[in-house]
Amino acid sequence: MTSTNPTLDLAGGATAPPAGRRPARRSPHRAAETRRKWYEIIGLTTPAVIVYVMFVLVPMGFAFYYSLFRWRGVGPPTDFVGFDNYVLAFQDPIFLDALRNNAIIVFGSLLIQGPVALGVALLLNRKFRGRTLFRLLAFVPYVLAEVTVGIMWKLLLSDAGTFNAFLEALGLGGLVQAWLADLDIVIWTLLFILTWKYVGFAIILLLAGLSNVPQELNEAAAIDGASWWQTQRHITLPLLGPTIRIWMFLSMIGSLQVFDIIWVTSVPAVRSLGASATMATYMVDNGFFARLWGYGNAVAVILFVISFVAALLFQRFLLRRDIQGAVTGRAK
Amino acid sequence: MTMTANTMPSSSTARRPFAWSSPLTYALALAVAAVSITPVVYVIVGGFRTTPQIVADPAGLPDPWVWDNYRRVLTQSNFWEQTFNSGVIALGTTLGVVLLGVSAAFVLARYTFRGREALFTFFTLGLLFPAGAAILPLYLMLRDLNLINSYYAVMLPQIAFQLPITIVILRPFLAAIPRELEDAAAIDGTGRIGFLWRIVLPLSRPAMVTVGILAFVASWNAFLLPLLVLGDASLHTLPLGVQNFSSQYTSDTAGILAFTSLAMLPALLFFTFAEKQIVGGLQGAVKG
Repeated sequence: MTSTNPTLDLAGGATAPPAGRRPARRSPHRAAETRRKWYEIIGLTTPAVIVYVMFVLVPMGFAFYYSLFRWRGVGPPTDFVGFDNYVLAFQDPIFLDALRNNAIIVFGSLLIQGPVALGVALLLNRKFRGRTLFRLLAFVPYVLAEVTVGIMWKLLLSDAGTFNAFLEALGLGGLVQAWLADLDIVIWTLLFILTWKYVGFAIILLLAGLSNVPQELNEAAAIDGASWWQTQRHITLPLLGPTIRIWMFLSMIGSLQVFDIIWVTSVPAVRSLGASATMATYMVDNGFFARLWGYGNAVAVILFVISFVAALLFQRFLLRRDIQGAVTGRAK
Repeated sequence: MTMTANTMPSSSTARRPFAWSSPLTYALALAVAAVSITPVVYVIVGGFRTTPQIVADPAGLPDPWVWDNYRRVLTQSNFWEQTFNSGVIALGTTLGVVLLGVSAAFVLARYTFRGREALFTFFTLGLLFPAGAAILPLYLMLRDLNLINSYYAVMLPQIAFQLPITIVILRPFLAAIPRELEDAAAIDGTGRIGFLWRIVLPLSRPAMVTVGILAFVASWNAFLLPLLVLGDASLHTLPLGVQNFSSQYTSDTAGILAFTSLAMLPALLFFTFAEKQIVGGLQGAVKG
């Protein structure tokens, strides 16, 4: 194995500059050292590899296998139906609604959260007294469990709930709605709740990115007479590019698999009519609770394929440079 | 939108070069804070009202303040049992994530070997697709392994789901530890494992705390996996408890508010102490 690897570098590390080729010495000592190195590599990585393969990758493979059967989950699957489950899914208007809802959530999240988070992050990155406290407050929604957030908004937005009462009190009684029960608006209500909950995550990432922007650059620009806005526009934003793209990526993947908040806020009847279903709730409703295991697994595979293709496209066209930077981890 | 030029480092105010907009800054910051915490404050304060009070005037303040809702929740054995379960599962998950994550990231950061980048890509693949998509077959697998209704059924998959992001965050951090330290350790006769134990682990504590916090919070808040694999009510975690309580006592609005408040408290406290750490630890991962 070592003969094909002339750069084998015993004391190597990712920070090492590409080491020049060392003359390959083949002393017994060196061979023992190499063997030991491989023991260490294998010993240290095997537990992580096993857990990861067993609980993430293997289930994904099984999902595909099960999706080819009509199967109620009892005994081994025998009723092979090929791709029928997939055909059925795309013929079900409720699944198509779920797809549409996922699309609304993906694009709605990107278009609303991005600009809002950017504004708030730039604001909270300025130096002012009490900044730490304001940062903490802005992060609160992100820390709370999805279920807690869902139950909370469910109470606030119920027909006789606080939000409607608040509208009445403002003289805006005409705006009172059945926010979570009206089939036409429930998805937009959910988009609002998701935005409230997750914008804090974008803010955290952007603040972390901002703290990497050298302060000297802003100061130099200020000395040259640039306004605050000009400084942000021409110096800070371009430097934040990679952080913004990484956030977009994570937000997209998260939006495609959103489950918890939808599950606890929307009435099952509303969900089962497709008004608030997402691919994930549809998958759990059908696969787990209705015990249509083959069908549910087909939905899981569709969800997986859509996410994976979206991720690959995103990575191919937008993220590649950033990932390379983050991934090769050239230390500062 | 002009800036005044009186911002030069003549005094301590030099740290605030844009002092002109302070009132505006505060107004905006207050608006942001209000939007994020008003609903939360409403829920906490609402727990001090009675359901008839809430029905009569949904937006009002407690009058009088009642402690009974909170007392009821806190004297329920369910609540404590669920808190305990959440704690055990979150701690176990965190421990597993940090242990497996550090050892894998250490190899990926400090060993040069064939297939290293392939192995790294293999782990980052987990970031590319939603692990939640695998939940149904995961349930079937755990059922076949006889792990349903056990802490392991939640902890093991959670560790697995969390490994990709952990390794992505830890690797640059571990790689940044100066080569000289490793050489010095080697000269003193310490092997790489000794180097890991005695130098890398202490030095990388901030990064380990960051990934630990992320794992802990993710586990503490998790809902879907526990919902499917913890059928036994005595094993339910807090998020399941909140959901059960709210669907079981639908008419007890005040009780639901109190239960929800108490369930969010640990996460809030925890995060208050850890916020700096999280932002700091993510800097390496999102380097600009």
